[in-house]
Amino acid sequence: MPEMLSVKNLRIEVTARQPDGTATNLVLVDDVSFDVGKGRVLGLIGESGAGKSTIGLSALAYGRGGVRIEGGQILLDGQDIAKLGLRGIRAVRGARVAYVAQSAAAAFNPAHKLGRQVIEASIRHGIMTRAEATKRAAYLFGILGLPDPDTFGERFPHQVSGGQLQRAMTAMALCANPELIVFDEPTTALDVTTQIEVLAAIKHAIVETQTAALYITHDLAVVAQISDDIMVLRHGKTVEYGSTRQIIEAPREDYTKALVSIRQTMRQEALPSDDAQLRVAGMTAGYSAMDVLHDVSLILPKGQTLAVVGESGSGKSTLARVITGLLQPKAGAVSFNGAALPPARKDRSREQLRRIQMIYQMADTAMNPRQKIRDIVGRPLTLYFGMRGKAKTERVKELLDQIEMGPQFLDRFPAELSGGQKQRIAIARALAAKPELILCDEPTSALDPLVAEGILKLLLRLQEETAVSYLFITHDIAIVRAIADRVAVMHRGKVVREGVKSAVLSPPFDDYTDLLLRSVPEMEIGWLERVLDGRRVVTQVPGAAMELERS
Amino acid sequence: MTSSLEEPVSSKPLASARQTLLRNSLGQMVVRRILLGFGLLIAASMLIFGGVEALPGDFASTYLGQDATPQAIANIREELDLDRPMTERYLSWLGGIAQGDFGTSWSNRNSVGDQIWKRLGNSLLLAGVAALIAIPLALALGMVAVLYRNRIPDKVISILSLAAISLPEFFIGYLLIQFFTVQLGVASFPATVYDGMGLGERLATIALPVMTLVIVVLAHMMRMTRSAIMNVMSSPYVETAELKGLSALRIIAEHAAPNAIAPVVTVIALNLAALVVGVVVVEVVFVYPGIGQYMVDAVTMRDMPVVQGCGLIFAALYIVLNMVADIVSILANPRLRHPR
Repeated sequence: MPEMLSVKNLRIEVTARQPDGTATNLVLVDDVSFDVGKGRVLGLIGESGAGKSTIGLSALAYGRGGVRIEGGQILLDGQDIAKLGLRGIRAVRGARVAYVAQSAAAAFNPAHKLGRQVIEASIRHGIMTRAEATKRAAYLFGILGLPDPDTFGERFPHQVSGGQLQRAMTAMALCANPELIVFDEPTTALDVTTQIEVLAAIKHAIVETQTAALYITHDLAVVAQISDDIMVLRHGKTVEYGSTRQIIEAPREDYTKALVSIRQTMRQEALPSDDAQLRVAGMTAGYSAMDVLHDVSLILPKGQTLAVVGESGSGKSTLARVITGLLQPKAGAVSFNGAALPPARKDRSREQLRRIQMIYQMADTAMNPRQKIRDIVGRPLTLYFGMRGKAKTERVKELLDQIEMGPQFLDRFPAELSGGQKQRIAIARALAAKPELILCDEPTSALDPLVAEGILKLLLRLQEETAVSYLFITHDIAIVRAIADRVAVMHRGKVVREGVKSAVLSPPFDDYTDLLLRSVPEMEIGWLERVLDGRRVVTQVPGAAMELERS
Repeated sequence: MTSSLEEPVSSKPLASARQTLLRNSLGQMVVRRILLGFGLLIAASMLIFGGVEALPGDFASTYLGQDATPQAIANIREELDLDRPMTERYLSWLGGIAQGDFGTSWSNRNSVGDQIWKRLGNSLLLAGVAALIAIPLALALGMVAVLYRNRIPDKVISILSLAAISLPEFFIGYLLIQFFTVQLGVASFPATVYDGMGLGERLATIALPVMTLVIVVLAHMMRMTRSAIMNVMSSPYVETAELKGLSALRIIAEHAAPNAIAPVVTVIALNLAALVVGVVVVEVVFVYPGIGQYMVDAVTMRDMPVVQGCGLIFAALYIVLNMVADIVSILANPRLRHPR
């Protein structure tokens, strides 16, 4: 009996057209082979550009942007999908193979009700009548843990939360009872406490329906919970392919070993100090009538790192906006080196502005795409120190050295750099001002794990060299463990727990911190079941497990 | 993502604040848009009145021509109330219009209102017939262009529409006259309609000006429809529909079209407004007794009540059409129609 999905020596290419009219062939996927049996889950893992999504979509004979299959075979239940023709492919899509996208918020049509979209494929392919499909959708909403399964389909996509949408998308894929489902990073855009629920729901649904699945992610800890086998991909090639147990517990390749051992660094915290660099006291702030921060107080000692951790919507970024003076608080004060800072940016002196710099999550959008690196990094040198000409160039070179990039980058544009390099340039720009405090707003969350690790190490090294303090905003507990001296846990605009790292991350916990810590996936098989079991007995935090709205 | 813009709406108590905001806002937004339209109309009336006042030349001297003596000019000015201050005349003009009275023409002492309604009817017939042909045609061609994007049909449509956009309407008008009337002899010129003409006869008479208007607005409308639908077609939910195995037609009709309503309606409204204004030039070319020609004649005569009245009508049409487009866009937004 043939496997449900059998991919043999798959090769996928795309023709990239340069502005000058020349065309080059890029190989996106090169000689990849794997099998997925009924009721089995194969995890595809790798950094961005590894070809994971391309492989996943090829199982539906779909290629984004002119991507084409150049070699090899994709056999669905023994049948070569390349030989199906347009009609044959349409009959496969949605009926026999279904796809769950990373961003359900974008993948649902905003103009139609959820239920209509969920049952659409089943009806159009003539698999079920409308009544049967509606009944099955309600059943699926139920096993996916959605509220009011019978009426959930009556809602519009904007009327439910991000985590609910992601589960609705899984229901949409499962509805027609497909033989194979491709999950493309289905939990990446979710908060950890939401991710764990969606993950559990997906796993439960796969077991219930005995469908085969491809599970694409960049997070090895996540894929360890859900898949039977794992394939590690890099630059379109297979690095390692084996059972989940073998990959996690006995990886053979260096790249896999690096992925498995990532995030196991932990820094000893610095000694508590009374010499405060930054002190936020009784801060309440928000937009128009709505308060986002409620009575927030924090202390960041000189030369140390304060990690502010929380989920989306907890007010982390608003806190950074208040500290930089971009947003004026309604109450409370910010003091820097013991002296009060004027609340509005325009009332601060240039010297006060120089001492606090910022690094953003999206280095891409935080740089002028039309400026060369020398201008981007050189600008604060001219602004704060009046440097020009040769002296400025020399200083920019020094800074590029400090961030482990060479002078060859001076005349490049941001678009010519990788994501990690762009973030390094953003760090160099912040350093150029010789700041005493750098606010880091999720600087690594848009980066691949290994690249992110490099950025974190760089930040730690720079702190040792320049004694700069960091206020590090993140949603990732592993990063907190790796770099923080002090930790503040934020939930719905309040600081629920604050102190030195060892104290904040050790029991006894408050309910929210406990939930947050338990929700971070660990690189350990069976973790998900263990946590879910524990969660049922130990604590039910009122409201905390509910997803926060995303818009 | 934790961009600060999202944050105020993200946590529970704040979300409920937004709910109430949204529930009230649909009606509020519509009302606010209508009030804005009124404000714009008042502002436009000031500009029109002030602008016409500031025009060089003077009715009395144009009217009297060679016979102008200072005394005669003064008499006429007094008779027309021109010696009263401008703000006073503006307010009484506005007050009159509020009661439906556009004043009296200076040159022939007819009621401006009566003339405008009659002429406006003619113009709206011309613009209406043109719109009736152009809108469905533009939508259909736009969809065809998307369906065959970057292939031959799309390219042909795009080249022809570019050619049409680059020709001014009076030139298109003369080309059509040359071809259909002079060479083929199948169309009538001038396109003058009279009272008592039957509808069929009227339609035959206005064929050429209608064709001119259609060519002028069709191209623009079609290109904008194409780009609006293309924009929607590249969205992730269309990819989702494609991965459900739906047919291309069903994807466009069920998944793309509902989301393209707002941008397309905006484009149509702008082009309808352009139609009404474009009618001025076309009416002059085809000697058609519409409001545009009425206005142009009045300008040469310095017949200010007529110019001001016509100007205000044009402004009102423009403002109302855009207001309707905005309101449709508001109503077409599912987030506003179905608040959380």
